Amino acid sequence: MSAFRLSHGGLVDRSRGIGFRFDGDDLRGYEGDTLASALLASDRLLVGRSFKYHRPRGIVTAGSAEPNALLTIGTGARSEANTRATVQELYDGLVAKSQNRWPSLKHDFGAINGLLSPFLGAGFYYKTFMWPAAFWEKVYEPMIRRAAGLGRAVMEADPDRYEKAWAHCDLLVIGAGPAGLMAALTAARAGARVILADEGFRLGGSLLSERVSIGNAAAADFVRDVLQELASLDTVTLMPRTTVFGWYDDNVFGAVEKVQKHLASPSPDLPVERLWRIAAKAAILASGAEERPLVFGGNDRPGVMMASAARTYLNRFGVGAGRKVAVFTNGGSGYQAARDLASQGAEIAAIIDGRASAGEAMPAGTRMIVNAGVTKTLGRHRIEGLVVERSGHEETIDCDALLMSGGWSPVIHLACQRGAKPVWSEELQAFVAPDVGPRLWLAGSAAGLSGIGDCLRDGSAKALDCLAALGKPGSAPEMPEVEGEYDAGFAPLWYVPGARDKAFVDFQNDVHVRDLSLAQREGFGHIEHTKRYTTLGMATDQGKLGNVNTVGIVAGMRGVSPAEIGTTTFRPFYTPVSFGAMAGTARAERARPTRTSPLHGWAKKNGAQFVDAGLWFRSAWFPQSGEKGWRQSVDREVLAVRANVGLCDVSTLGKIEVFGRDAAEFLNRVYSNAMLKLPVGRARYGLMLREDGMVYDDGTVSRFAEDHFLITTTTAYATEAMAHLEFCAQALWPNLDVRFVSVSDQWAQMSLVGPKARLVLEKIVEDDVSNAAFPFLAARAVTLKGGLKARLFRISFSGELAYELAVPANYGEAVADVLMEAGRPHDICPYGVEALNVMRIEKGHVTHAEIDGRTTPDDLGLGKMFAASKPDFIGKRLSSRFGLTAADRLQLVGLRPVDKAKELTAGAHLLKEGAKPSMANDQGHVTSVCFSPVLGRSIGLALLKSGRERYGEKIVVWDKLRGHDEIVAEVCSPVFVDPENSKLHQ
Amino acid sequence: MASLIPCPHCGLRPKEEFSIRGDASPVRPAPTASDESWHRYVHIRDNPKGRIVEHWHHALGCRRWLVVERDNLSHEVFGVTDAADWAKRKEA
Repeated sequence: MSAFRLSHGGLVDRSRGIGFRFDGDDLRGYEGDTLASALLASDRLLVGRSFKYHRPRGIVTAGSAEPNALLTIGTGARSEANTRATVQELYDGLVAKSQNRWPSLKHDFGAINGLLSPFLGAGFYYKTFMWPAAFWEKVYEPMIRRAAGLGRAVMEADPDRYEKAWAHCDLLVIGAGPAGLMAALTAARAGARVILADEGFRLGGSLLSERVSIGNAAAADFVRDVLQELASLDTVTLMPRTTVFGWYDDNVFGAVEKVQKHLASPSPDLPVERLWRIAAKAAILASGAEERPLVFGGNDRPGVMMASAARTYLNRFGVGAGRKVAVFTNGGSGYQAARDLASQGAEIAAIIDGRASAGEAMPAGTRMIVNAGVTKTLGRHRIEGLVVERSGHEETIDCDALLMSGGWSPVIHLACQRGAKPVWSEELQAFVAPDVGPRLWLAGSAAGLSGIGDCLRDGSAKALDCLAALGKPGSAPEMPEVEGEYDAGFAPLWYVPGARDKAFVDFQNDVHVRDLSLAQREGFGHIEHTKRYTTLGMATDQGKLGNVNTVGIVAGMRGVSPAEIGTTTFRPFYTPVSFGAMAGTARAERARPTRTSPLHGWAKKNGAQFVDAGLWFRSAWFPQSGEKGWRQSVDREVLAVRANVGLCDVSTLGKIEVFGRDAAEFLNRVYSNAMLKLPVGRARYGLMLREDGMVYDDGTVSRFAEDHFLITTTTAYATEAMAHLEFCAQALWPNLDVRFVSVSDQWAQMSLVGPKARLVLEKIVEDDVSNAAFPFLAARAVTLKGGLKARLFRISFSGELAYELAVPANYGEAVADVLMEAGRPHDICPYGVEALNVMRIEKGHVTHAEIDGRTTPDDLGLGKMFAASKPDFIGKRLSSRFGLTAADRLQLVGLRPVDKAKELTAGAHLLKEGAKPSMANDQGHVTSVCFSPVLGRSIGLALLKSGRERYGEKIVVWDKLRGHDEIVAEVCSPVFVDPENSKLHQ
Repeated sequence: MASLIPCPHCGLRPKEEFSIRGDASPVRPAPTASDESWHRYVHIRDNPKGRIVEHWHHALGCRRWLVVERDNLSHEVFGVTDAADWAKRKEA
C-alpha cells in the first residue's frame, strides 16, 4: 500500500460511498471524488499503457492536462474512449477500462516495444515501413494502428441526446478560481450580466486544493460564500462542468457543458452535453496556471506525480499520494507539497532541489539534497525508489511516491487561438499572452501572478476595467486577508542531465528528449516541424504539460532563448469535444429538414413509392398488386396517361409571386425570352440564363395582372433562383419597383394530364374550361365547385392536353381526392415523377440533366427563346462570345438503338462508328434515357457535336467504364411523340 | 464556430444565417460595354488580403442582399450596408 485515503479532511462526503468498477475490479470512492482520486485512494497507481512503448503509466495530474490516465468509461453504446480520469466525476456504477494493453494492464504484450525502442525513434514509420509500397495499406498500417493508440470508438449509435444553445452576457468569466470568482463578484455587484464558467464539477478552482485561510475562513468556505451571493443574483449564471474551449470572432466563445456525464442513467428529457455559443461583450480569462513536469530519466513511472496534483488529492479529496514521499523540485511548489503531506503524517523521504540553494524552511530532520537531480526511478508498475545524482555521486533513495515541480506556465490557450502569438517572459520564465485587444482580459495566474491574494485583487481589478469599458461603473469588493500563502517562485530547469532511462517530455505521445535531439539533427528544427516529426503536443492533451519544456529543451540544444523558438500554434479546442455535442440535435433523420408535399397524404394512400429529391419526398410511382418492379408500374402509368388521364403531384416546383410597377420589365431582364408583352391571363415557358450565357433554370411565367406575375422554377433550383432574383432586384437594379415572395409551400399543385383531362376538370371547376374559353397557355384564377378559389394553368410537360391546378396547400389532399373521384369513370391514374420523366423524354423536354451549366439555349434547341432584340438581360452579352457560337457545339438530339432490344444508359459517351475510344474522339454523351412504353423501346436524349445536322447518322454509344457493351444508335429528333403538338391544343 | 454580422435590418446575427456570394466591387457593365469589361465582370476576381467588400445574403433573416465590409485576415467587420443603398450610392 502506498496511496491511501485519509480518515478525515477534504471535500468528499465520506457518508456517501460510491461503488465503481475498474478493469473488472469492484472499487469504492466517495461523493465528490473524481475517478482519478478514487483510483488513487484504492492505491491503483497503474492505470494505462503508453501510446508507443506500452510503458506502465499512472496518474500525473489532477486536471484537464492529464496525459496518462485515459480510460474508456461506460459500457455498450455509452462507452466513451480516452476520458481523462482526472476530470471524470465519480458516479455510482461507473465502469472504467484501461486502454492500449493486451491481454491485461499488468501483462501487456505490447511492452515488447520498449525493448525495440532503439528502432522506434521519431519518424520511424516513415523510415521503416517503406517497402514494398503495397504493404503500407495492407500490412504496416493495420499493424501500427493495432499496436499504437488510444481507446477504441464504439460502432453502436449513441443513445443520448445533445443540444446547442446561445447565451449572451456583458461579462464572461472563464475559470472559477480566486481571480475568476472575484471578477464575477465585482461585475455582478455592479449589475452586469455575468456568466461564470468552469470546467470543474465544483466551482472554486485552485482554492479547493489550498489549505490557506481567506478572511479567517477556510478557502472552501470563502468559495461557498461568494458562490452563494452570485447564485442569489438574477443577472449571474453559474456554469460548472462547462469548458470554454474556443474564442471566436466577435467575442463569441464556444463552450461545452457536461450536463449528465456524471450520472449513471441520464434522463432522456435532458441532453448529456450542451454546446454553447456565448456572445460576450467582454470576457476575463482566469484559467490559472499549469505546473510543469521535470524531464528526468524514468519520469513516467506510476507514482511520479505533479506536486500540485498531490496537494489537490490530499487537500481536496483526502487522498495521500504515498506514505514515503520524495519530492523533486526547482521551486516553492515542491516544498509546499512536502509540508502539506508531512502535516498529514506522510514521511518525506527527501526533497531534491535542482537549484544551487533551497532557501525554504522545512521541519528539522527533513532530508534536503540541493543542486541535485533524479536520473532514474526504480520499480516496475509502481515507483519503489529513485537514483539521485549530485556532483557525480549517485545515491538510491526508497520512496513510494515522487512529486515533481518544474515551475508554472500560465494557461493562455484561449487568448492565443485567434492568431496572437505567446510572448516569452524572461522574468516569469514562461510564455504569456500578448495584448489581445479590449474584449478579452487575462487575470490571476493566467496573467502570470502567483499569490492567491494577488489573484483575488487582480480578478477584481480586471473586472473593473471591463465594467469601465462597458460604461458600467463598479467598485472593488473589500479584499479579504489571505493567510498561509507560500512562495511559488522557481528557477527554470528544462532537462535533468545524466538520465539513465528515457526522460519523457510528452507522456501521452511517448516523446522523450532523444527524439527532440533526433528532430534537430534531421532538419526538423523549427518547432512546428519538431512537433510533426515527433508527434509531441498532439492527441487529447495537446501539449498542455509538455510543450513549454519542449521549447526550453530545444532552445537549450540550439543555445538560444525560448523566445527565439516560440510555441506551436494554439487552436481550438482547448480540450476534446465530442462529435455528439457538435452535431447537437442535427443527426440521423434530423441532420436536415424533411419536406413533404401538401399532397403527401394523397400519394401515400394511393400507394406511392417515394424518392428523395433534395429535401423533398416525391412520389416516384404507384405500384399496383401483381406488378413486378418499378418499370412495370411506370409503363402502365405512362400508357394510362397518354390514353386517358392521370394525376401527378407537382407541388414541389418553386413558386414565386412577383409584384410591382416594373415587374414585367424586371422579368424581361432575368429571362432570355420576351416577357414584356405577355398578356394578362396567359402563361409562357421561360428560360433564365447565367451571366456567362449558360442556361440557369427554366419554368413558367404567368401573368395575373399588369403588375402581378407568378413564376415557377424547377424543384432543385427553387431556393437558389429566389436568391438570384433577389440579387438582381436589390443589387443590380435597385431602382425597379418589384417585390417577390416565395409561395412554394403555400400552394398544392397537381398536374391533370391526358386526353380526358378536361372531362375530369369540368366536373369540379365552376368556370368554363372549354378549349375556346381556356386555351393552351391560359392561366388564371378559377373557382371550384363549392367555392374554393384556385389557380388553373393550361401547361404541359408531357405533350398531352394538360392542366396544372393550384389550391391553397391545406386543401390539396381534399381536392386531389375529389379529382380522383371525378376521374374514376375515365380510369384516372395517379402517377409519379418516374412516369413524368418518361413522358418528358418522349417529348424531348429538358431538365437539369441537360441544363448542366455548360449548355446554351441554342445547344438545347431553344435558340428561339433567346430574344436578341431585347436591349439587355442576364446572360445576353456573353452569349455572343467566341466559343458559345461555335459550329461544333454539343446539341440536343434524340437517340434510339438500332437494335430495338438494346437499352441505352445515361452518362454513356458517343463515338463515330469505328473510332477508337479516346477523349479526342468523344462526340458527346447521353443525358437522359428511358424505356418508352409508347414506342416499345429504349430512347434517350443526348448532347452531340453539331447534333442537329446529324439526324439519321448511326453512332456508337460507349459505356465500357461501367461494363456495358457498345450499342449502335440512330441520331434523331429529340421529340419522339407528337412532333406536331396536335395533342396540346385539343 | 461563430461570428456576428450586424445586419442593418435585423441587428447582430450569427453568420450561419447568411450566405456569401463574393466580391461586391465589380459593377455590371452596360450592355454596350467592351468584351474585355464584360469578361472582367463575369470571370476575373482579385483575391486581396485585408479590407474587402462582399455581397452577403441574409437568407435566413430579412432576405436582403447586404454589402459587408470586413477584413478577411482579422475578420473584423467595419460596416454593413443594404446592397440596394450601396448600388444607388455607387451610381450617384
